[in-house]
Amino acid sequence: MVPELDADAIARCVRRMAASIVEEALAGGADSAADIALVGIRRGGVPVAHMLAEEIASAEGRPIDVGTVDIALYRDDAATAPPDPKIGPSSIPFEVGGRDVVLVDDVLQTGRTVRAAIDCLLDYGRPRRVWLAVLCDRGGRELPIAPDFVGRALEVDPSVRLAVVTDDAGRPIAIAEAPRGGAS
Amino acid sequence: MSRPFRHRHLLGIDALDARDVIQILDAAEAFFEVSRRPVRKVPTLRGKTVINLFYEASTRTRTSFELAGKRLSADVVNISTSASSVTKGETLLDTARTLEAMHPDVVVIRHSASGAPHFVADRLGCSVVNAGDGQHEHPTQALLDAFTIRRRLGTLQNLTVTICGDVAHSRVARSNAALLSLFGCTVRFVAPRTLLPPAASSLGVEVYDRLEPALEGANVVMVLRIQRERLAGALLPSLREYSRTFGIGPRTLAAAPADAIIMHPGPMNRGVEIDPTVADSERSVVLDQVEAGVAVRMAVLYQLAGEAGAAPVRA
Repeated sequence: MVPELDADAIARCVRRMAASIVEEALAGGADSAADIALVGIRRGGVPVAHMLAEEIASAEGRPIDVGTVDIALYRDDAATAPPDPKIGPSSIPFEVGGRDVVLVDDVLQTGRTVRAAIDCLLDYGRPRRVWLAVLCDRGGRELPIAPDFVGRALEVDPSVRLAVVTDDAGRPIAIAEAPRGGAS
Repeated sequence: MSRPFRHRHLLGIDALDARDVIQILDAAEAFFEVSRRPVRKVPTLRGKTVINLFYEASTRTRTSFELAGKRLSADVVNISTSASSVTKGETLLDTARTLEAMHPDVVVIRHSASGAPHFVADRLGCSVVNAGDGQHEHPTQALLDAFTIRRRLGTLQNLTVTICGDVAHSRVARSNAALLSLFGCTVRFVAPRTLLPPAASSLGVEVYDRLEPALEGANVVMVLRIQRERLAGALLPSLREYSRTFGIGPRTLAAAPADAIIMHPGPMNRGVEIDPTVADSERSVVLDQVEAGVAVRMAVLYQLAGEAGAAPVRA
């Protein structure tokens, strides 16, 4: 099976998105890249957020703030879905007020996770702008959510499952169609 | 691997295994963080109803459950009743039926009669949490104590925990002993002989009637409140005598390792079972316990109310 995105393609996507994020922030009135903060959506978005932060940090010569949000407590089906046994803490150890905050996820489909992540983020403060960066946009939106930075847009049938293959550090090294009924 | 929480009620630690406990404590880490945010509220239990039914006076446990429910966006109702004038069985049944008609998702109950939460759980369609029943169990207290220990010491495994005070009548001691034994801990009860439980050995705990040997090598010293009515019951000669021989102060604590932490479920009798200098010292985690209480109760309500929503079939 040929992956839709391999490790090299992912690295290129991350470099390009990192450059675009800085460019957009500065064009939009940010004083410097220090105004940018990245927030990864647990769990798949967290390593992608760190990869983006490293790119921006090495290009700009300064560390970039990275946080994480867990959306389990903000799900729109919380009233009917069973509790998430793997719920984890959110962690945003910096001020978000007035910043350009980029929410980061690996794969974007329905937009429901992003809606929940925005609600969670806003409980920490009032960012100047909130953007969305995703490694892969596979379409199939069920809410009016659009990404601002996209690594690769894929045309796949809604019934197809996409698997994100990760290395030992949890970083994505391939995105591929998952065999039917297989684990993601 | 993770599994869904497999209990409908939280009636006692005795029904839980180590994985259940870890699951609650891990979830509580997420809720602990919620209480430290600028906005200390999540929308998770919107539309759910939690009833706190307290037949015994309690400020901190009731407040803790109330805040836990409110920070999860549940509707929380407090019902306080004195048990003094009622015939327990009948009134409790009537109350249970009345509550049932209000369609709660979770009923949190504290009662002076051991087993009252079980009685209610058998007759209600919703989840029931035991917030302390007689001398039987106080499971959320044991869970918040475990959460505090794990955060402070980094582990729950194979610790030595000394529980000091009125262990014979203490549901806190019972629930803690049951929980800690799931993790290979050595639990020691220490008290004057009149305040030691008759069947302590069946709880799997070591029993001491002198403080010094009980404190040797302890990682955790849990101090229980001495209730003044024990004096009237002639179980104690005087508070002053108790304080001198069993009170945890700088002098008696010299027998414990310097890095042992000090816990107290509150409210404290300063100068009786615990010396103020110990209660306010770096080693005391009393206020950490209070903070942990809200997080652990949020985790419990999340598991139980969520489950109630997922499985609307009523027994």
